[in-house]
Amino acid sequence: MLTKRIIPCLDIKEGRTVKGTNFVDLRDAGDPVELGAFYAENGADELVFLDITATIDNRKTLVELVRQVARQVNIPFTVGGGIGSIEDVSALLNAGADKVSINSSAVRRPGLIDELALQFGSQCIIVAIDTRFVEGVDWVHTHGGRNITPIKTIEWAKEVEQRGAGEILLTSMDTDGTKAGFANQLTAEISTNASIPIIASGGAGTMEDFYDVFTLGKADAGLAASIFHFKEIEINALKNYLAKKGIPMRI
Amino acid sequence: MNIAIIKYNAGNVASVMYALDRIGAKYTWTDDEKVIQSADKVIFPGVGEASTAMAYLKEKKLDQLIPTLKQPVLATCIGMQLLCKHSEENDTDCMGVFDVNITRFQSNTLKIPHVGWNSIKAQGENDLMKGLNETEFVYFVHSFYAPVYQDTSAICDYIQPFSAMLQKNNFFAAQFHAEISGKVGQKIIQNFLDL
Repeated sequence: MLTKRIIPCLDIKEGRTVKGTNFVDLRDAGDPVELGAFYAENGADELVFLDITATIDNRKTLVELVRQVARQVNIPFTVGGGIGSIEDVSALLNAGADKVSINSSAVRRPGLIDELALQFGSQCIIVAIDTRFVEGVDWVHTHGGRNITPIKTIEWAKEVEQRGAGEILLTSMDTDGTKAGFANQLTAEISTNASIPIIASGGAGTMEDFYDVFTLGKADAGLAASIFHFKEIEINALKNYLAKKGIPMRI
Repeated sequence: MNIAIIKYNAGNVASVMYALDRIGAKYTWTDDEKVIQSADKVIFPGVGEASTAMAYLKEKKLDQLIPTLKQPVLATCIGMQLLCKHSEENDTDCMGVFDVNITRFQSNTLKIPHVGWNSIKAQGENDLMKGLNETEFVYFVHSFYAPVYQDTSAICDYIQPFSAMLQKNNFFAAQFHAEISGKVGQKIIQNFLDL
């Protein structure tokens, strides 16, 4: 049976892992290569590395980091942050990333999704959607959730799939950092209408939150950061808990 | 040992190379007929689309070379599909090592592509799953599949049972990505290298 995936996200700044609450107040949570290898050994189904200060200067550092991670890690991993061109994607995939995640650049120029899917195949193109509920509607946000766009999240999810996204990484800015649970209602609405997998992100605080996002939220994968980095929840224990409650897990 | 990874236009093979690095195996990434022919082991990996991949293999005449290879050959993902008879993906005639046709998943309820970790179950003689449990989890990403038939050496179930692995004479194939399937994948590659 196809299992639900548990994905730790490692936010990277200048080659180090950090995690903020609602994307401000950064804290250092270790070396990304070591942490990634640790997670791969300890039950993670996949890893996401997100370069939160992606600038041209940091590009080479990121590519080198990807190379080091790929040498160490024997599970799939995704790299995101500041990716805006075929050249960016090519460099990261050649360095050993299995998938890339694009966000603001896809909102700015949706045709980029088509181009990347055509060039590299949908299977390695994840479109990350940051969403926030404003005046009764879920709107796509960019730049780490700071900027609102005139695009409705539900519609954008449909569009990115049509354009060739292989998966959607849906982050709710309303729940991110709150540890009060995932945005299950929105996740379910998007997942039910999509034929591609939905990775839910933002709000994980307890094991039950993951149970809820896989049942109520109909997510294909659950992503979290700080609760894993600070060992509030251990991935193997989480997967055993979920398996006991009937969620298909790779144990 | 001398391992040739076949170089063609299907996806990037960095993760396959890193997987071999982790095992400590030496390899050459090549489309040179002589180098491929003289290798002890041949790996035919890849992600991509069937018709463009076959067109490239034909141009390099690799479509004639690969089926005649005598050493152990491991084909993964699109590599496995290209070793079958025909692919429904853009109506592509493939190399026909395995006498089975590739078709697309159809479902109104389950998502396509099939992405993630799913369990496979060894069937009969499966040389690459030696030392592993009868059922193990591996990582899949695909929309097309080979049905179960006589050369199926492992079965996976998604929408319906399909061939997760094929084995015939010196040809071994896996629909999943052994190179990123954790310790299980590493063992499968190690078993191939130990043949």
